[in-house]
Amino acid sequence: MATTYTRARKQRIDALVSSGDEGSSLLQDAWTRLKGSPLFWVGAVIIGVFLVLAIIAPWIAPHDPGAQLLIGQTSRARNAIAPAQEGFPLGGDTQGRDLLSRLMVGARQTLLVGIFATLIGLIGGLILGLLAGAFGGWVDTLIMRIVDVMLSIPSLLLAISIGVLFSNPNLTSVIIAVGVPQIPVFARLLRGQLLAQRESDHVLAARALGVKQGTIVFRHMLPNSVSPVIVQATLVVATSILDAAALSYLGLGSQDVSQPEWGQMLGEAQGSIDSHPQLAFWPAGAIIIVVLGFTLLGESLREAIDPKNRR
Amino acid sequence: MLRYTVRRLLQLVLVLLVLSLLLFVWLRSLPGGPVTALLGERATPAKRAELTAVLGLDQPIFVQYFKFLARMLRGDFGQSTGVSAGTPALDVFFTRFGATIELAVGAMIFGLVLGIPLGYMAAKRRAGALDNSLIVVSLVGIAVPVFFLAFLMKYLFAVKWGMLPPSGRQTPGIDATRVTGLFIVDGLITREWDASWDSVKHLILPWIALGTIPFAVIFRITRASVLEVQGEDFVRTAEAKGLTRTTIRNRHVLRNAMLPVITVTGLLSGLLLTGAVLTEKVFAYPGLGEALYIGFTKKDYPVVQVIILAAAAAFVIINTLVDLTYALVDPRIRAR
Repeated sequence: MATTYTRARKQRIDALVSSGDEGSSLLQDAWTRLKGSPLFWVGAVIIGVFLVLAIIAPWIAPHDPGAQLLIGQTSRARNAIAPAQEGFPLGGDTQGRDLLSRLMVGARQTLLVGIFATLIGLIGGLILGLLAGAFGGWVDTLIMRIVDVMLSIPSLLLAISIGVLFSNPNLTSVIIAVGVPQIPVFARLLRGQLLAQRESDHVLAARALGVKQGTIVFRHMLPNSVSPVIVQATLVVATSILDAAALSYLGLGSQDVSQPEWGQMLGEAQGSIDSHPQLAFWPAGAIIIVVLGFTLLGESLREAIDPKNRR
Repeated sequence: MLRYTVRRLLQLVLVLLVLSLLLFVWLRSLPGGPVTALLGERATPAKRAELTAVLGLDQPIFVQYFKFLARMLRGDFGQSTGVSAGTPALDVFFTRFGATIELAVGAMIFGLVLGIPLGYMAAKRRAGALDNSLIVVSLVGIAVPVFFLAFLMKYLFAVKWGMLPPSGRQTPGIDATRVTGLFIVDGLITREWDASWDSVKHLILPWIALGTIPFAVIFRITRASVLEVQGEDFVRTAEAKGLTRTTIRNRHVLRNAMLPVITVTGLLSGLLLTGAVLTEKVFAYPGLGEALYIGFTKKDYPVVQVIILAAAAAFVIINTLVDLTYALVDPRIRAR
């Protein structure tokens, strides 16, 4: 009697396991929601185009972005710049350089700033957040106090303060100035995630099985904290691009004229906005579209990953 | 509540202390060190040595820090060298403080007055035409660089169409009595209406430029928060009780939905301070932001350090107040 029951139960379990109907994982769910979101597709397409442009820019740019090819048609005294013409569809800037080529190459520089500044914030935040969240105790208290103070300085103000420390601003100094203020944001986010998991059942189970502390943190806790970090990182890329543009406008941006960045172009164009507004409109439009793309992607990811939206 | 308040205030003091330490390290990391930062690169060696002694830079580093701290507590930040050469940095701060307050408070009011009602309306008509178009506006509002928006508005409304003044705080030569340092308030107190109106005209464009991001953020938070609250059981109960729509809106939905908005408003104050640097530069508005910019370019570090310290302190104090307000509204927070 008992054996029949056991066998029947075993068969039932086997049948369920081998039925192939595994339900849907959180990730699949998120993807299903993401696919149906128009905001996600708009953001993804914008960023896709931007990435491709940034990668192939040096090969498809018609001219050298630093060369003053149209200087003959440019006159400071007459306040004249080269108009659109054969081979120069957008004309030249106030220095007689090809605007289209500068915009294209600028995509690469802008992407570099966005990505590397975010990486600085991410890696710094990862280290601090891991130390604080994984160990707790006085390590946690100490790190979180530092993070609190860093957060108490508005991020752009911190970026400006760091930017001033470099006597010759260049792309690297801009990346550092924009990236460092993001460290506390990631640290706090990650620490919160890890803290919530430290007491959870799967970590307790792993600990009971005698898994080493390091393995628990990297194999069990970290992978479960990744999704909000990805969302935040996407949004921080957008913030970084905007902050870099602001630094450029304040004269703390890269001074390298042969490798323009959109914020730098926009900063340069402000001086002549009364007579040549188009010089400002092109880089500003590019910044707005790309920032919008990253924001849309980040927001739609956030909504898709949020388990509250699970049906 | 008292325990919580005391704890928050102690944290505040701690944060300000660490902040002063950061500022101290920062001043010493400036290109060329503090002597060059204060005197410029062409100072004579004798003058450099004198200042080194005066600043106590030949003393041990922790003695230097405590002296630095003591000077700051006495309000002695040194003389301005670039923004307004010769005057104490603290005086530069106080003469410009009112200007930035008028700008920042106005921008915040712009954000709140537009953001909260529109956020509520958008949530009520979710996925409607109003909701969708406002979402697009708020997303673009976040994506536009503040200084570009400011420039664009200045170019269109001031330069091209001449509707509003392009720069400054008040028309030069206007006969206005100064009382509080807040020009709009001054005009109201002394009944010099034209002076107040003149200040307002100078501020309309900067208010909108600086208020766009607060508007976008407040709109989105209000919308999300109202959406969440109106699905709660207590709202259904209120409806079932037959309460009027106005009562449900004011007493139940908005009251609960406002909590995240309060927090965000506190956090946005930091954004206003930095946004003010960009906005004030575009409109040549004589506030702290412009002083900070001039300070950086002319290496006027006494003024820069006052403003950075004040900005960070203001931000921390505002957020401490926000946390206290929050605890007052929500008893669960106090228990933690």
